[in-house]
Amino acid sequence: MLEHQAFIQHVVEDLLKEAKRLGADSAEAAASQDSGLSVNVRMGELETLEYTRDNNLGITVYFGKRKGSANTSDLSAQAIRETVRAACDIARYTADDTCSGLADADLMAINPPDLDLYHPWQIEPTEATALARRCEDAARAHDARIINSEGASLNTLRGIHVYGNSHGFIGGYPSSRHSLSCAVIGRDESGMQRDYWYSTERDAERLAQAEEIGIKCAQRTLARLGARRLSTGTAPVIFCADVAPSLLRSFVAAIRGGALYRRASFLLDKLGQPIFPSFVRIHENPLIPCGLSSAPFDNEGVATSAKDLVKDGILQSYVLDSYSARKLGTQTTANAGGVHNLSIQTSGLNLADLMREMDRGLVVTEMMGQGVNRVTGDFSRGATGFWVEGGEIAYPVEEITIAGNLRDIFLGLVAVGNDTDIPGSVRTGSWFIESMTIAGD
Amino acid sequence: MTDNLDIARNIILSPNGILDDHIEQALGLLCMPDVDLADIYFQHSRLESWVLEDGIVKEGAFSIEKGVGLRAVSGEKTGFAYSDDIDSLHLVEAARAASSIVHSGQGRRIAIRAAKSSRPLYTGEDPLLSLDREAKIGLLRRVDEEARNQDPRINQVIVSLVAAHEVVLIAADHGGLSADIRPLVRMNVSVIAEQDGRREQGGSGGGARELLHFLLDEERCLDYARDASRQALINLEAVAAPAGTMTVVLGPGWPGVLLHEAVGHGLEGDFNRKGSSAFAGRLGEQVASSLCTVVDDGAMPGRRGSLRIDDEGTPTQRTVLIENGLLKGYMQDRHNARLMGVAPTGNGRRESYAHLPMPRMTNTYMLAGQSDPADIIASVGNGIYAVNFGGGQVDITSGKFVFSASEAYLIEKGKIGRPVKGATLIGNGPEVLTRVTMVGNDLQLDQGIGVCGKEGQSVPVGVGQPTLRVEQLTVGGTNA
Repeated sequence: MLEHQAFIQHVVEDLLKEAKRLGADSAEAAASQDSGLSVNVRMGELETLEYTRDNNLGITVYFGKRKGSANTSDLSAQAIRETVRAACDIARYTADDTCSGLADADLMAINPPDLDLYHPWQIEPTEATALARRCEDAARAHDARIINSEGASLNTLRGIHVYGNSHGFIGGYPSSRHSLSCAVIGRDESGMQRDYWYSTERDAERLAQAEEIGIKCAQRTLARLGARRLSTGTAPVIFCADVAPSLLRSFVAAIRGGALYRRASFLLDKLGQPIFPSFVRIHENPLIPCGLSSAPFDNEGVATSAKDLVKDGILQSYVLDSYSARKLGTQTTANAGGVHNLSIQTSGLNLADLMREMDRGLVVTEMMGQGVNRVTGDFSRGATGFWVEGGEIAYPVEEITIAGNLRDIFLGLVAVGNDTDIPGSVRTGSWFIESMTIAGD
Repeated sequence: MTDNLDIARNIILSPNGILDDHIEQALGLLCMPDVDLADIYFQHSRLESWVLEDGIVKEGAFSIEKGVGLRAVSGEKTGFAYSDDIDSLHLVEAARAASSIVHSGQGRRIAIRAAKSSRPLYTGEDPLLSLDREAKIGLLRRVDEEARNQDPRINQVIVSLVAAHEVVLIAADHGGLSADIRPLVRMNVSVIAEQDGRREQGGSGGGARELLHFLLDEERCLDYARDASRQALINLEAVAAPAGTMTVVLGPGWPGVLLHEAVGHGLEGDFNRKGSSAFAGRLGEQVASSLCTVVDDGAMPGRRGSLRIDDEGTPTQRTVLIENGLLKGYMQDRHNARLMGVAPTGNGRRESYAHLPMPRMTNTYMLAGQSDPADIIASVGNGIYAVNFGGGQVDITSGKFVFSASEAYLIEKGKIGRPVKGATLIGNGPEVLTRVTMVGNDLQLDQGIGVCGKEGQSVPVGVGQPTLRVEQLTVGGTNA
C-alpha cells in the first residue's frame, strides 16, 4: 500500500507541476485509487461477484481569480497533461470571482494525525460468500413468513486518497470500509413487506455478527406485516435512531456555507440564536480513531478539529469551506467536503421510555421521498412505522405522510433517546418531537 | 456517413492498441462451458459543465470517463470485473476474474462480427463542440438576465449547462459487435424570490439527446428562465397544503413521474423474476382503469431517455406495459429475459462500465385519452391540481410510492384556486391507476431533465402523461 501511496502522491505532484508549467497562479489537485470486492448471495446461492477498481484524479487551477476544473479516471502521464490543459482552457472562460482561491496557507494541516482508518480485509470470494450466506440464512430461517429475499451482500473497499495544493501542502492516507447487509421479504394474508439491516465499519473485526444482522433484518421485516393507514390529524412523533440522522443532515444542509451565502436556507442569520431546546448539544469530531467519517484534513487541506455546532440549543458554528467563508466574510470551519462524525447528546431514556412518555403517537422507522425544502424548512415525507397507544406499540402503519416545518420540528424536540446503537457515522438516539401533521385516511 | 462502429473503434480501441483478436480472446475466457451469457462493454465519455451564479460564470469543469466492464452469467449467477485501463492485459485479467464464478474449462471460440445496425435516433456529432465557449457563456448570461428580468423580487439565479458525449462499444457472447454514440445536453435554472423576508425557490430546465442548439431553438432556454421565476413568485403566495385523502388532478408532462414510481419500477423484469414486486405474477390482470395505457419507449428520436441500442446491444423498442388497464408486459434485460423465457425488450441499462446492467426504464408515459383538460378540472368539487414535481420513490414490494409536488393549487368548486406549498403525495402503486377516472387529450412528455436511481446507479430517463384525474390520493400537507 505504501508503494501505491507514493505513486498516487506522484500523480498529485505531477498535476501541480504541470499546472505551474502552464502558467497557473495556484492550483489544487486530488487523486484516489480504490479497489474492492463485492458479493451478493440470494436464496442461498451466489448471485453476483464483483471486483471493483476505481481511479480518479482531479485538478482545479486558478489564473488570478478565475478558476477551471477537470477530472478523469485515467492516471497515465498523458492523461495528467491533458487534464491540466483542459482545466486551464476552462479557466480562460470563467469570470473573476473575488472569493475564489485556495484556503489560507496558515490553515494547512501540519503533521496530520494518523486516525487508524486503514484495516484492509484479505477475504477470499469463497469466504465472503459464506459470510453473506450465513447472514441471509439466519434471516430466512428466522420465521416461516420470511418467504423471499433480495439477498445478503458483503462489500469490502480499500483505497488511497491524496490531496495537494500550490501552498506546498500534500497529504494523503489509506483507508478501508467494509459492510455486511441483508434484505428479506415477508408475507402474510395482508401482503408483502421488505426491510433490511446492515453493519458498516473501517475494521472488519468490528462488524456485527452475520447472524445478528440477518435476525434483525427478519424482525424488522416481520414487524411491518399487517400495516394499516392512520386517519389524518396531528400527533407527537418519534423518529427512530436509524432515521434521526436524516434530520441532522437536514440541519447541516441548512447551515452549510453554500446555502447561507445564496440565502437559500431556513436557518439564515441564526448564529448565536436558539434553534433547538436548551438541552441540545450537537458536536462534530473529525478525529475519532477508526471513525467512519474521520478525516485529519478537509478537501482543501485545512486541519480539522472537534467543535460544537449547537450548544445549549444555540447555533455555535456554520459549516464552511474557504469560498463560502470569504463570501460570508469569515473563516473556513474546515468543512470543505462536508461534516465528519456528528453526534447529539442523549438523555437517559431508551426507546421504550420515549414511547411511554409519548403515550399516544407515531413512531417513524422509514421515510420516503425527498420532500424537504431547504429554503423554507417545509417538510413533507412519506412514512412507515408504528402507532403507539398507552405507551406500547399497537400496530404497524404505512402509506401516510408526516409534515411540518423543520424550524418547529427542531424547537419541538422533547428528548433524544440513548438507543445510539445504529450503524454509520452519526451518533444519535431516537428523536421525540412534540407534534406533526399526519396525512392518511 | 461513417458507421458508428468504425467511429467507436477509432475512439476506444485503436488508441489503446486493442485488436479484434484481443476481444475474441477475452470473450473466449468469459465463455467457459457453464456460462450462458457474457459481454464486454467499452465506454469513453466526455462531459463539460458550466455554472453561472451571482451573474458571473464561476465554474467550469471537464471530465473524461473511460474503461471496460466484463461480465459472465451462469444460471442466476453473475461475475463482473472492470478496469479503467483499456489494454489487452487488463482485458484478460478482468475476463478471468469475471468468469471465476464457474469452473474453468475450455472456453468457447467466438468470432466477432458487426451486429445489424438499427435506425439512428440522434446525431453522432459531439455536443461539446456544437457551440464555441464564448457562445456557451453568452447563453448562460442570457438565461440569467431573462430570469432576473421577470421580476425585481428574483434575487438569486443559478444556471447550469451540461453537454456530454458518450461512445460505447459492446461485444457479446453471440459474437455481435455493436456501438452507439450518445449525445446529451441539459440546462437547469434555479432561482430564489424574496419578499418581506419570505424566500421561495423555483426551478426549471430541459434537455435532449441533441446538440446545444436544442436549447436555443424556439428560445427553449429562455422559457426555462421564465418558468423558474414564475414558479418562485407563485410559491411566494402559497398557503399551507391540505393534509388528507382527496381527488388530485395531475397536470400533463413531468407529473408522469407518477407512472415511473407507481408502476414503472414494479414492472422491471428483475423484481418480477424474483417475485419481490407487488406486480409479480399479475400479467393479464386489471391493474389500472380501462382508460389507462402505459408504454415504455426507448426508440423515440432525440429524447433524453432514448437509446438506439441498450447497454447490452439490444435495439430499443416500444413496449406496452399496461393496455386499457390490463397488465401486458415487463421491461427486460438479456439476463432476466432468458431466465423468464421471454425476449429482451431493450431495457438493459447501466450507469457506466463500472456497473452491472439491469432492467431500467427509458421514456415511460401514458397515452392520451378523450377528456378536455378544462373539463377535468371543472369536474372536481374540491381537491388539488399539481403541475410540477420534484423526485419520487417507491417500495416495490409493498407497492407504496411517493412523489413530491413543487407547484400545486387548490381546486375549489371546479376552479383553480390559491397556490399551495409543496407537499408529498403518497399512494399504493397497484391501486392508484385503478382510481384514474378521467384521462386528458393533452399528452405531453417532460422537458428532458429526469434522472432515475436504482441500486445506486443513475441513468437519464423520460416520463410523460396527459392531464389525469385520480381519486383518493393522499396529500401530505400541514393543514389537517
